[in-house]
Parts: sequence; C-alpha cells; structure tokens
Amino acid sequence: MKLPSNYNPADILLAGFSWLSGLLVLLCFGYLFADIFSNGYAHLDWQFITTAPENAGRDGGIAPMIISTTILLFFALLFSLPIGIFSAIYLAEYTSYEHRFARLLRYALNTLAAVPSIVMGMFGFAFFVIILQIGFSLLAGALTLAIMILPLLIRNIEDSLRNIPHTYRLNAAALGLSQVRTIFQILLPMAKHGIAMAVVLSVGRAMAETAALLFTAGYVMRMPDSLMDSGRSLSVHIFDLSMNVPGGEKAAYATTIVLLFSILIINAATVLLSNQITRRSPM
Amino acid sequence: MPPRCIDNLFLRFIQLVSLVSIVSLLFIIFFLVKESYLIVQEKPILTVFTDPAWHPLDGQFLLLPMMVGSLLIMLGAMLIALPIGLLTAILCRYYAPRWFATIIQRLMEVFAGIPAVVYGFWGVMVIVPAIAAWQAPGTSLLAGILVLTFIVTPGVTIISYHNLSQVNQTLLHSAIALGLSRYNIIRHIIFPEVKHGLITATTLQSGRAIGETLAVLMVCGNVVQLPGSVFEPIRTLTSNIALEMAYAMDTHRSALFLSGLLLLLIVLVLAFIAESMQKPKAESQ
Repeated sequence: MKLPSNYNPADILLAGFSWLSGLLVLLCFGYLFADIFSNGYAHLDWQFITTAPENAGRDGGIAPMIISTTILLFFALLFSLPIGIFSAIYLAEYTSYEHRFARLLRYALNTLAAVPSIVMGMFGFAFFVIILQIGFSLLAGALTLAIMILPLLIRNIEDSLRNIPHTYRLNAAALGLSQVRTIFQILLPMAKHGIAMAVVLSVGRAMAETAALLFTAGYVMRMPDSLMDSGRSLSVHIFDLSMNVPGGEKAAYATTIVLLFSILIINAATVLLSNQITRRSPM
Repeated sequence: MPPRCIDNLFLRFIQLVSLVSIVSLLFIIFFLVKESYLIVQEKPILTVFTDPAWHPLDGQFLLLPMMVGSLLIMLGAMLIALPIGLLTAILCRYYAPRWFATIIQRLMEVFAGIPAVVYGFWGVMVIVPAIAAWQAPGTSLLAGILVLTFIVTPGVTIISYHNLSQVNQTLLHSAIALGLSRYNIIRHIIFPEVKHGLITATTLQSGRAIGETLAVLMVCGNVVQLPGSVFEPIRTLTSNIALEMAYAMDTHRSALFLSGLLLLLIVLVLAFIAESMQKPKAESQ
C-alpha cells in the first residue's frame, strides 16, 4: 500500500536508508549472479553435462553427479511423499488444531524442520550407515533426505487440504459417500496443485542439501550402479571441487550454473503453481 | 466390507503412518544422546569448557572456541542481515514503485532457494581473496559473517515483507486520515504491529545461521581459537563436526556427537522462543 508522501527529515532519512539497502541487496546478489555466470559459461557445454569427470573433476563432465542427484531426489520423495500425504490427511481431515495427538505431531514436525542438516547427517551416519549397515550409499542419503523434507511436505499438503471449503465435505457426506471415498475422489484431486507445490518445494530443499549428504551418500565420483552405491550430489561436487581440488574452479563454476539453473526451473514451477492455486481457489 | 469399516481401518492406518515423523524425531534425539554418552561417562560434562585445548586424540575436549565461533558468526550475520532485510522490505512495501518491489521480491525468493554451498563457493572465489588483499589470510570470521549474511538476507527480507503486508489495513487508513507523516506511520503504527513477527523471523533465521555448515567451513579457515579480531580464522561447531566426523573414534567421536546435541538444543531453544513470541499476536486477532 502506498502511504502519502510527505518529506520531513526523518522520512527522507528512512527513505534514503531503505533505498540504500534495497540497491545494496540488488547490487550484491546481482554481482554474485553475474560473476558465477560469466566465469562458468565458457566451461559449460553439452559435453560437460553428458560425460564423466576426469582428473578429480578438473576435466570431463558431471554426468554421474546429475544421475546421483536425480536418484537421491527420486527416492527421497518416494519414501516421504506417501507418508507426507497420509499424515497431512490425518492432520487436516481427522483432527482439529487442539487435538492432543495432532498437537504432538505438529510439535514433532516443527522440531524436525529445525534440526540442522549436519546433525541430520550425523544421525543418518550413525543409524542408516552404521547400525542398519547400509554403508555410504544413495539409499542412506535418500532416507536422510526423506526425513528432512517430511515437515515441509506435510505442512504444505495439510494447508492445501484445509483450504478446500467445508461444503465439499458436507455435500459428499449428504450424497452418502464414505469418508475414504470423499478423501480420495474429491479432496485429493482438488488439492493436487497444492501437493505438486509441496513436492516442488521439497525437491528444491533437498537439492540444496549438502552437509547431510557428506556422511550418508558419500562422495564417490563414479557413476552409481545401484542404490547401495555411494554417489556424489551436485552440491557435494561443488563443495569438493572448491575445497579439495586445486584448479577445479572452472568446473565448480560450471556445476554451480547447472545447479542454479535447476533451482530456477523449480522456482518458476512454484510461481506457476501458486498462480494456479490462487486462480482456482474458490474463496 | 462395509464402508464404515474401511473408514475406521483407514483412520487407524494413517494414524500409524503419522507416527513416522514422531518416531524419526525420537530416533534422532536418542542416537545423539546414545552416542554422546561415552564422553559424559568418562569426563565431567563441564570438560568442554575447562579442558586446556581441543586435542581430541589426547583426550582434551575444549569446545568453547567452537561455541564462541558459532555464536559470533551467527550474531554478526544477523546484525547485518536484519537491518538490511527489514529496510529492503520497507522499501518494497511503502516506498518503491510496484515493478521494482516485484523484482526484489522474486529475486529474494530465488536466492532463498539457492544452496548454501553456492554462497560458500562464491565466498571462496570472491569474498576471501578480497579480504586477503586487505588483511591476510582472508579466510576469517569476517568472511564467514559475510557469506552467512548472503545466506540469511533473502529469508529475512521475505518474512519481513510478509509481516508488513499483514498489518491491519484499517489501522493504516486511520493513520493516514489523521494526517500522520509517513515516517511516523511506519515507526509508531506499523513497527509495533510487526515487532513480534520480526522477532520470530529473526530467531528462526538465527537457528538456520547457527546450523549452517559447509558454506561456513569453506571460508572460515577452521583454526580452533578464540579470534582476536574479525580477520582471524575461526572454527564453528558445525564445521568441526564436518571436518572430523570421517575419522573420529571412541571419545573423539562421542565429543562430536555431544556438540551435535548441543547444536540441536540451541536450535530448539531458538525455535521455542520463536513460537512463544508468536502467541501474543495470535491472541489479539
């Protein structure tokens, strides 16, 4: 909302500082973006995306990391999406905000969301890798990621279910539909954009993850043969190139562009989906 | 099977599935406690404050410098990010033309989603050399604070903006009708309204900042010491775990898990503060 403009010294000062910070933010983040693109652009071509790395990642491409990242994301979602949807149904359709078990669950989810990723990584290392003897593997990484994205998934899906007007449930009941049929044939289809949004947000979150993967999925650069193989995600690759590989900067820049590009696509998807949701929203 | 029966079965089933989140959390806490038990058994817990140094292989477990490092870096980043984020949000909401506000909003959403490791990498390539040209060695507390500022600023801006846009419109209309100046409206009408929301946002982002690991590890130099100035390298609790976890054994490993437990506690306390700050607002509505 526009406030009426009046120019007294205090207002000019506030306006000045606001513009200063806004421009500073624009400048700094713009510079970051420009620097990464101008440095990585030359190294980036089709071959970079489709070939395996050579010489510790200095040369060659990043195909195994792209595959590993995809596998990690896919299986993390495979594990947590069903749990997320069912938990969200339970929270939204069967409990009120005051319900005791629901409050406990919500509290657990908030706590889970706050756990630092390195701590999550320690847990994944101690439990999945060592106790369950899965070893450093994509499976251990995906399981750890699955726990990390669960709160985000459940919260977003619950919101989209709660946003469906109550009349739909009443009408369905009046028509003699059982609650299970109401959920699966009316409510879930109506919430599908919301669910898609939750998935997109979780993928973005999981793709940005690095610390939790170091001690669970490991950082082997080879193309993974199976889920039990260690695999290096794109984010871990950037970390390793810039810390442990002298002369790996060019490849790190190019990998960063690939990762940023994926994040941008995810962002565009979020914007499109949220537009869809507001347009479709009956309220 | 009658539908009623299916309904009941389904309810039992999803209750069971919902337990997964709670069980996961309990497992995480259980494992952190279990793995840190060894060191607590062998040495008094205050050893992390009183040991002469961090030489885990010689049985010396001074975690204090790492705790100080984590806190300094978090406070530094929040001290820069909070005013900048808040002022940018105010700019977008009340001063800037609509198109400019939209650009900044979209940009902040994009940057909030960018992996922290990208900021860390960029810090290694640009920020560290820039600091090194001024004060060697470059990898320092300051570099960590700057990189962390980049990481938390988008979040702070977005949440501040969100809080500002939830201010009661009638209140604003009355203020405008009373002929208050723009500065006075923002300072005395809007700011008290959003204060609680801002504190919540700040504590949540602080939790994120203190939990940040690799980006900080990449630019801080990771020397275990109490920094004498912002140009000296430091090591945080999180980087300590990431650096030593791979080869740590026995009590050393246990000490790392203890520091993980400590981090979790700090973050939970922050989350608790954030939640209790939210309450007065919810009641007033």
